[in-house]
Amino acid sequence: MDEKNAIVQVKNLYKIFGPNPERAFSLIEQGKGKAEVFEETGLTIGVKDASFEVYEGEVFVVMGLSGSGKSTLVRMLNRLIEPTSGHVFLEGKDIAEMPMEELIQIRRDKMCMVFQSFALMPHMTVLQNAAFGLEVSGKSVKEREERGMKALEQVGLGANAHNYPKELSGGMQQRVGLARGLAVDPTIMLMDEAFSALDPLIRTEMQDELLKLQEQTQRTVIFISHDLDEAMRIGDRIAMMEGGRIVQVGTPEEILKNPADEYVKAFFRGVDPTNVLYAGDIASDKFVTIVDHKGEGLRTALEKINRAERDYGYVLDRRHRFKGIVSIDSLKQVIDSGTEDAKLSKAFLDKVQTVKSSAHLQDALPFISDVPWPVPVVDEDNVYKGAISKNIFLTTLHRKAE
Amino acid sequence: MPDILNFDKFFLPVDTWISALVDWLVGNFRPQFQMIKWPVDITLTGIDSFLNWLPPIIILIFIVLFAWKFSGKAVAIFSLISFLLIGYMGLWSETMTTLAMVFSAVIFCIVVGIPLGIIASRSDGFAASIRPVLDTMQTTPAFVYLVPVVMLFSIGTVAGVIATIVFSMPPIIRLTNLGIRQVHPELIEAALAFGCTPKQVLLKVQVPLAMPTIMAGLNQTIMLSLSMVVIAALIGAGGLGVPVFQGLNSLQVGLAGIGGISIVLMAMVLDRITQSLGELGKR
Ligand SMILES: Nc1ncnc2c1ncn2[C@@H]1O[C@H](COP(=O)(O)OP(=O)(O)OP(=O)(O)O)[C@@H](O)[C@H]1O
Ligand SMILES: [Mg+2]
Repeated sequence: MDEKNAIVQVKNLYKIFGPNPERAFSLIEQGKGKAEVFEETGLTIGVKDASFEVYEGEVFVVMGLSGSGKSTLVRMLNRLIEPTSGHVFLEGKDIAEMPMEELIQIRRDKMCMVFQSFALMPHMTVLQNAAFGLEVSGKSVKEREERGMKALEQVGLGANAHNYPKELSGGMQQRVGLARGLAVDPTIMLMDEAFSALDPLIRTEMQDELLKLQEQTQRTVIFISHDLDEAMRIGDRIAMMEGGRIVQVGTPEEILKNPADEYVKAFFRGVDPTNVLYAGDIASDKFVTIVDHKGEGLRTALEKINRAERDYGYVLDRRHRFKGIVSIDSLKQVIDSGTEDAKLSKAFLDKVQTVKSSAHLQDALPFISDVPWPVPVVDEDNVYKGAISKNIFLTTLHRKAE
Repeated sequence: MPDILNFDKFFLPVDTWISALVDWLVGNFRPQFQMIKWPVDITLTGIDSFLNWLPPIIILIFIVLFAWKFSGKAVAIFSLISFLLIGYMGLWSETMTTLAMVFSAVIFCIVVGIPLGIIASRSDGFAASIRPVLDTMQTTPAFVYLVPVVMLFSIGTVAGVIATIVFSMPPIIRLTNLGIRQVHPELIEAALAFGCTPKQVLLKVQVPLAMPTIMAGLNQTIMLSLSMVVIAALIGAGGLGVPVFQGLNSLQVGLAGIGGISIVLMAMVLDRITQSLGELGKR
């Protein structure tokens, strides 16, 4: 890797919402968390001790669950939200301590922002919107229109320059939002969940658009997202946030291979592939099934399971509808208690739950991880389709992650 | 019966206090109040003599074109018929005077009211403190205004316009405040993110987006001023109020009637046109 040039340096940045935020610091020093601080003081920790660097020309993705402080963090970079303490260095100058006039100049020349809700001016045409930043900084009408038009053409909206925003689709509106940013030719683009409000197809299209723009001009992009697929697709590096803290920063591979903690691990596990696969997709039919009929007894069931060298058997009725699970232990217990002719159902395990084959893997996960036996998968009519063991689940994840 | 409820014994001489207050104001500040009169007088006289100097045909053409452009053909035709009718009833000059009074009053309402509305939208404290004042201005019966106005500004058309300004200003303040507060915070955030100064946020984003609401306020202000301008004839103001009160005094139903009809027609024309101005801002 060649020499990297840090264009933004964030040092010990805090945001605490509420009156007299100093009160929170002593509690934070005592190691108290977001919930405890709120309980004791009524103050909300937005961002807690964030430190990281963003390199010139990279797409830096900030990821985390809702409420983890992503929007607060990115708004402190252009000071739409005043930091409670800490520093944000842009090309060596501290934005957090800069006088207002200088800050306004930086917002005009060096930074731009793209919003989740687009935030286009409804009383302005598409072209006027695209040229908004230039209008604000007092450029001539001619320059405004030229550069605004060029930006619109970059995002493929040259033909819509004289429409009003509400005449465009969501995807087109966000292209205008993008063009409004590009028109000022910023050093840094801040994008707060810029594509989250778009439907999946358009979202991928916009991600490609962004990557294409990056190929033409390497800008520094700080992109907020809660979507792992998006982060992996566009991110050169990813910062993971949780409860206001940055828990890990690294390339997608680094984070995938060495997740810093359970939260990061869960995040990566939680989104892909569990989101795209259904329980039915990975259910295995290699487990022992026992069809419950007159000739089937406890001993024959035990025999079958033993022969297959398994621990559990899945009991079905004649139409293959799922009835219950027996284990070697449960069968032996019933036999030992001397009721050899008892029905199979006497040996059924407690607390058995089934998973529908149409369920997302993500939703199936708790059932799979909670019990020692492979979880049975059934269809709408309760017909047994197979079962998912922890082992199957993990190999699926592993395969997808590679 | 407890003494405290003896209304003959416990009596608040509020009427005396008010008299004393007004007397004191008149005694000490009459020159200052006369100074307020001055710009109103100039504006009013200017507009009034201009409108009465213009040949009616020019005014008719202007009204029709204006109505056509902003409100369409139907309103244009309606305006033409209304103003012709007013002319044929012999009240053209009075109508022009009333129009001049309404315009002067509305100009001052805009010049004072919109800035006050803007200030109110940026300061909750200010908004809360002017609210009771606005309520009072709007609900005090029109006649009650007239006495102190006469004492401070003497009688005549200018005093009538001043009473009208006070009476019709609240809606434009209220709706300017409301309109600006309704602008979506995300748009303001976007404006700031692109380097707007607070003034630019106001002029490029908040005021344009509040325009339809401000226009609705303007419409209400115009309607209120029309009603007050007529009452102002009681204190010697000119215009369409004059035939109405003459008719009342001498029991000439016809005279009062044509005055009334002219006022109604004028109100309808002004209402339609200003309403469509508001629609225009909505885009
Ligand atoms: N103006 C505010 N006043 C008080 N608390 C706030 C304010 N803005 C944000 N917070 C709190 O700060 C925390 C972080 O919020 P933030 O909006 O940054 O989260 P986020 O990661 O962007 O979430 P989302 O994905 O929902 O947008 C939350 O607990 C939120 O309730
Ligand atoms: Mg957010």
